[in-house]
Order: sequence, then C-alpha cells, then structure tokens
Amino acid sequence: MTTDPLPPGLTRNSRLDRWVEMRTDGVVEVRTGKVEIGQGITSALAQIAAEELDVDYARIRMIPADTGRSPNEGVTAGSRSTMDGGGALRQACAEVRDAFLQAAARRLNAGVDELFVRDGTIHRKASNESATYWELSAEVDLSRDADGRVAPKRADQLTLVGKSLPRLDLPDKVAGAGVYVHDLELPGMLHGRVVRPPSYRAVLDAFDGKRIETMPGVRAVVRDGRFLGVVAAREEQAVAAAAALAKGAVWHEAEDLPDVDAIPAFLRSRPSKAKILSEKGVPKQAGAHAVSASYSRPFLAHASIGPACAVARVQSGAIEVWCQSQSIHPTRLDIAKTLGVAPDTITVRHVQGAGCYGHNAADDAALDAVLLARAVEGHPVRLQWSHEDELAWSPFGPAMVVAMEGAVDDAGRIVDWRHELWSNPHIARPGLQESPSLLAAWHLDQPFAQPPGIDALPGIQPTSERNAVPIYDFPNQRVVLNALERLPVRTGTLRAIGGFLNTYAIECFMDELAHAAGVDPVELRLNHLSDERAIAVIKAARERSGLASRSRHDGSGGDGSRGMGLGFARYSNEAAYAAVVVEVEAGATINVVRAVAAVDCGRTINPDGVRNQVEGGIVQAVSWVLKEQVRFDRTRITTRTWDDYPILRFSEAPPVEVSIIDRPDEPSLGVGEAVAGPVAAAIANAVFDAIGVRVRDLPLTRERMLAAINDA
Amino acid sequence: MTQSIELNINGARSVVTADPGTPLIYVLRNDLKLKGTRFGCGAGVCGCCTVLLDGRGIQSCNTPVSAAQGREITTIEGLGGKAGTHPLQQAFVDEQAGQCGYCLTGVVMGAAALLGRNPSPTEAEIRSELDIHLCRCGAYDRILRAIRRASEMISKRGE
Repeated sequence: MTTDPLPPGLTRNSRLDRWVEMRTDGVVEVRTGKVEIGQGITSALAQIAAEELDVDYARIRMIPADTGRSPNEGVTAGSRSTMDGGGALRQACAEVRDAFLQAAARRLNAGVDELFVRDGTIHRKASNESATYWELSAEVDLSRDADGRVAPKRADQLTLVGKSLPRLDLPDKVAGAGVYVHDLELPGMLHGRVVRPPSYRAVLDAFDGKRIETMPGVRAVVRDGRFLGVVAAREEQAVAAAAALAKGAVWHEAEDLPDVDAIPAFLRSRPSKAKILSEKGVPKQAGAHAVSASYSRPFLAHASIGPACAVARVQSGAIEVWCQSQSIHPTRLDIAKTLGVAPDTITVRHVQGAGCYGHNAADDAALDAVLLARAVEGHPVRLQWSHEDELAWSPFGPAMVVAMEGAVDDAGRIVDWRHELWSNPHIARPGLQESPSLLAAWHLDQPFAQPPGIDALPGIQPTSERNAVPIYDFPNQRVVLNALERLPVRTGTLRAIGGFLNTYAIECFMDELAHAAGVDPVELRLNHLSDERAIAVIKAARERSGLASRSRHDGSGGDGSRGMGLGFARYSNEAAYAAVVVEVEAGATINVVRAVAAVDCGRTINPDGVRNQVEGGIVQAVSWVLKEQVRFDRTRITTRTWDDYPILRFSEAPPVEVSIIDRPDEPSLGVGEAVAGPVAAAIANAVFDAIGVRVRDLPLTRERMLAAINDA
Repeated sequence: MTQSIELNINGARSVVTADPGTPLIYVLRNDLKLKGTRFGCGAGVCGCCTVLLDGRGIQSCNTPVSAAQGREITTIEGLGGKAGTHPLQQAFVDEQAGQCGYCLTGVVMGAAALLGRNPSPTEAEIRSELDIHLCRCGAYDRILRAIRRASEMISKRGE
C-alpha cells in the first residue's frame, strides 16, 4: 500500500494520543502545539478536527499548549499554522477516526465499509446497530504512531470545513472571563515588576535596594547585574516600589543610536554581505523609460494593547511558567540555558495574552517572572511589564531600505528590473541560537551575549528577502540582499516581516513604471503575470472596488484630492494571494476612505475567520503606513506611550470589504500576513493617483507629505 | 495607609481594605477577582480598563478607588444584570467582533455608556465616543457593526 508522507508536524509528534483524547463523557480533547494569539487558530483547528472526526464542533475542547503534553510544533508564526498545524491535525484525526471505525467494526461484526459516523456515533447502514466513540474509547489504543495509511477527506466530502463557524473563544472574551495570563490567580501569588535600564546599553552605577525593602508590602528586591525587580504582596505596591526603585537608580549611558531621521542612509552605510537572490537575462537593459526609486520603512513596534505578563513559581528545583509565548518549547530551552538548569525541570504552559503580531515581549516576560520567583521560593509571582516598556523594550520590526531600478518600453513591457535591499536578520526568537534570546539574560551580572539573529531557518523562507524576488515574469532581473549584522536597536519578527517592505517597493515601483510608460498600472501587472490565481485576485479587487470603471488608470486619474490605488502580492510567494484597492482623500494628511481586498488562500477553512484576519491586517497596515514610527534620540527610545506612538483609531479606521476566492482542492494557506504589503503600496499609489505626489519613505506623515507637495 | 473602603459594585455592596489612592482597577481585579476589566496603558488613554461609574464610562487604571466610593460601579461582569448577557455582548458574538479580545470588555463598557444615554447613536457618534478605545487587531469595522446591532436590539426591546 502506498502512503503519502506524513505532514512534518505529525512526523515530529507521531503518537495519536498526543493530539486527540476521546473522553467517555462525549467530549473530544484536542491538543495542538499552535497557540491562540487572537488569530482564531484554535477555532480553525477545532473545525478541522470536528470535520475529520465527524463530531459536532461543540464537542471539541481545545487544550492550551504546555511543554509537558502538547505536540511540539515549534513556533506559532509566519501564517503557517493552518498550513502546517492544520495539516498535521487533519491527518491525526483521520487516523483516529479510522481506529474507532475498526473498533466498531469488530464490536458490530461488520465491515468498515458498512459503517458511517454521525457526531461521534458509528452507525451500521441499514440497521439499528451503532456504537459511539465514547463507548469505544476504552478499547481503542491511540498510543500508537500515525502511519499515513488513512487519507483525510477529499474536498467533496467536507461538511464543516468551509463554513463560517463562530469562534470558540469570543463568548468568554466579551463576558470578561479570566482567559488571559494576566488573569491567573494562584494560591499565595505575589506581584512583580521589573525596572529596565533607561537605554539598551546603560550601566548601573548605584541603586538603593534597602530603602525599597521597607516600602509597604515589598517582599523582595532583586538585583542581578543590571536586572532590577521587585516583588510585593499587592500589585499597586509592586508598581510603587518599582517606581521608587527606578527613581533611585543611577545609570550612565552612551550615545550609541543612529539618527532616527536618517535611517535609510544609516542602513546603507553599515557593513553588509551581498547575496544574489535572483539573476536572469542580461540585466541593465536600456528601455525607453528608465526609472529608479528608493523605499524605506522605519522600526515598527508590535504595540500590543496589553503589556506582556507571565506567572512563575519556583519550588524545590521545579520551575513552572505560565506565559503568552508563541514558542513554549524553545522558550523553555532559553530559560534553562539562562539559569543553567536542565530543560525538563521547567514546565511552560501557554495562556493567552493580548495580540502580539510577531515576536514581542511575551518570552522576555517569562524569564523575568522566573527571575523574580526565585527570590520568593514557593510563591507564584505574577509579573507584568509596564506599557512604556512594552513599547520601548520589545523587539521592533527592523527598519529596511529597498532601492529599485527598472525600465519599461513604449509597448508597456518591463525590460529591466533591479531590486536591492538592506536588512538585518529578522529572527531573534528564543531557542534558536547559542546564546539565550531573552532580554533579562543579557542584563545579568554574568550576562549572556545578545545573539546575532538569524535570517533563515530550515523549512521556512528566509525573512529579509521574503517577496523580494518578484512574482512577475520579467526577462531581465537582478535581486540582491545586502545582509546587515545586528543593529544597535533591538529587533525581531513583525507580521509580514521582510515581505512588507519588499512588496511595498515592488508594487509602488510597478505604478511608477506604468506612469513612466503612460500605461494602466493594473494592466501592466496583468501583462507580466502568468499565475492564474494571481490574475484572478487582481481582477476581483479591481472589479469589486470600482477601479475597473474608471476612465484613466495611469496613476494620475484622481481629481486632485481623491484617488484609488492597487497593491498585490502572494505572501512569501508561497502563501495566500491578496490584491487590495484603497481609496484615499489626500492632501498634507491622508485619509483612507475604504479598502477592498480579494484573497485566495486555497481551501478556506472558515470564511469569516479569513475575513476577520484580512480586515485586521488591512487596518494594521493602514496604521503602519500613516502613523507609526519608533523614534529615539542618540541614547534612548523615546516612543514610550500612545501619545508618542499613535496607532489607528476608530475615527480613522476605513470600512473594509473582503472577498474570498475559495479553492477547495488546493492546500489551505495562511492569511494573517497576506495583505500588509499590498495595503501599503495601494495607499501610496492612491495618493499619487489623487495628487500626483509620491512619498517613498514610510510612514507617510504630514511633514513628509507637505515637503513632497512643496517640491512637486 | 490602607483603610476599609465600602464599594457598590454590580448592584452589591463590597468592603475592601486598600490604600484609598489605589487605582480602582487593582481593587476590581485583585481584591474582588473581577478579572474582566483589563489593564492596558495605565494612563487612561487606551480604553481597556473602562468601567461605568454611575452609568458614565471612566478609566479604572487612573481613577483612585476612593473616587468610586458612594457611587455605582458597573463592570463587564455586571453589565448583563439578571439576564446575564447584555445585548452588546450578544451582538459582539453575533458579529464575531474581535480577535485577541483584550480590548473588547473596555469597548463594550464604553459602548454601554453611550447607549445608556443615547440608545440610537449615529455612526459618527459611535466613532467619536469610542475614539479613546484602541484595538490593535484592527477589528474596528466589526465592532462598529456590533454596536449598531446592539443599538437596534435595545431599540426594539424598548418599543
């Protein structure tokens, strides 16, 4: 019998009982290594499990991930959970269902082909005989490995997948249930706060711990190198003690940050290693119209609404951690490394936090909590970051620059395409490098070195260069990554990573070439695409937005204040296809009036879940493009509050319309990151359409717009 | 100095021992175990910690507990009253308005304050009233739909 290879997540965690437990009371417990970060993944995975097991969606209970029992699926990131985690769970559930069918066949003395399953009850056709999963669970041994001999359902057999089932988590969230790690309440729990240095490389000269120890409720003052923290009985007491501790600490600092207003030049001046990502044809063809342009994005904060939080308990050499980490297994490794203990002395459990959108402070908080809990053996310590630290000390999405050169002939054929980018490695997640990738580890008396970062991991696409190689068919192209070393500003992965700026640059530049040649920018795209799915989303977005009905599409068709623009990408050239049209009112300030997106993410598990992710992705990208920029002086990060780092508000959020092109026979593809780049380019293209002005450095602030308008 | 403080929360009397300057949110979450009020910024500018004080929305992260004495405090846990679920909460589920959900209880309380004094607000009034509330997941569109739906539910019920 031939079998398909198992999905990688299942090969690594092949025992079926690691994934599914059929309880005798009619509840199906499903374990997954993927964690809920607001994207709705646990609901999508529950839907997949219910589908393959043929049970009601309401029977599924998704068990939060922990390092003790859950499958180790690495990191929940990169819009890969539906692709990878969903694929593994689907196969595991198909095999579990088959195991129960075999057991029922034995009990009913029937052939498997005489049986069918309805909500966990296995019926024998043309008879009243039946057996339920719950009755059979004692005699079905799931402590065996998946073997790939059973195929999951075909597209035409699906009954639940493809339906907009409601999310499992929302009722509790709107009821105000204690669903977040912030809400944990353990016996004897104390409250902790950490006092961070005022800048990345500040050195602690003096601090007055004695005075803090006498403050009301204070149970411990912790100092290890330049890691400072307090533990107190009540939360407000910990806050007050931390404030006093911060006030009394004396630091000296260095002016070692670059000029925040000249980041592109700074990046281009750094030592770098060139890597040719694509080279074909005879680059540097002269065309009728040669164009060059440079695009950049600033450092961007994840800017979670809720500050990072974790709870830890240290007792008799055993360490327990509850945290919002996207990577509980790797984070455990780095905590163990930092403390010099064996990983199996540590249990890390995932509890939801506020949305993170990439690698934020979630993992750092886990180590912080452990370091404080060590000072009060036996007492759980609930550690919460301040909002200011959340904005200033979390890893930032790295600043990047892209320089484009190209040429287009009079017939609208792009004859030359050159894309050169500068970026430091994006990946700084825990568990991947020699030195721990946790903030406090670098601040200890015996500090670990901050690791250099990683650009590529096995099995996933390199991060900086994501989307750099164009999906368009060009006869001549050269794409080069200038890989920088780690920057003096702390960075980590942010939603859409390198794909955001690469797509922004490509999709703006397509419009710039179209303008130079006097051709329609959407037609220019279509004329250089052979991928039918790409063509379909672009046409759908054009039709639904009304862009198709406009008389001029040459990038200057607006009326002097209102304009429309399109951006397109297939995220990382292997995930979802997305085309976005936005309409703007543009002047010195830009107002996004509406956004219309068309996406193709293969087989859609939950259409409303896809829409929700796409809508949110659009709003977040609008926020990045119009408002967001981490700022610093030569010493300190200065964006520390919502006043310094504004994000899009209710009054500014555009109505968003999302249409889905479902492909039931194609693999499911993640959508969380698909629209960010297209949105950014669509806004810039719409602004140009409206007023003939283009600002290429993000964000498109009032100052930059005014300068560009004055230059025009 | 800690002292005994009497509070009227969700229609019931509670007595807590705390410093009167303690931000109300810590008393709600830690003393009364009402965890549905979320801590966001600590400066009263993100809306996560919104509760009702005599029906008006206030930010509990920068309101001292002493300021709530003698007034009616309503948190998300008490919003639905005897029915258990407020039309706003039902509407948020119906519209699937949320992702990570961290901002939602604050948004619901802010919207409840608005609908309490104006059961049929215009879209502009909703946007303006809720402008203090930040949603990083970007669920604004759905949240607006949910509030409009709740407004209709309440209006119908009142007829």
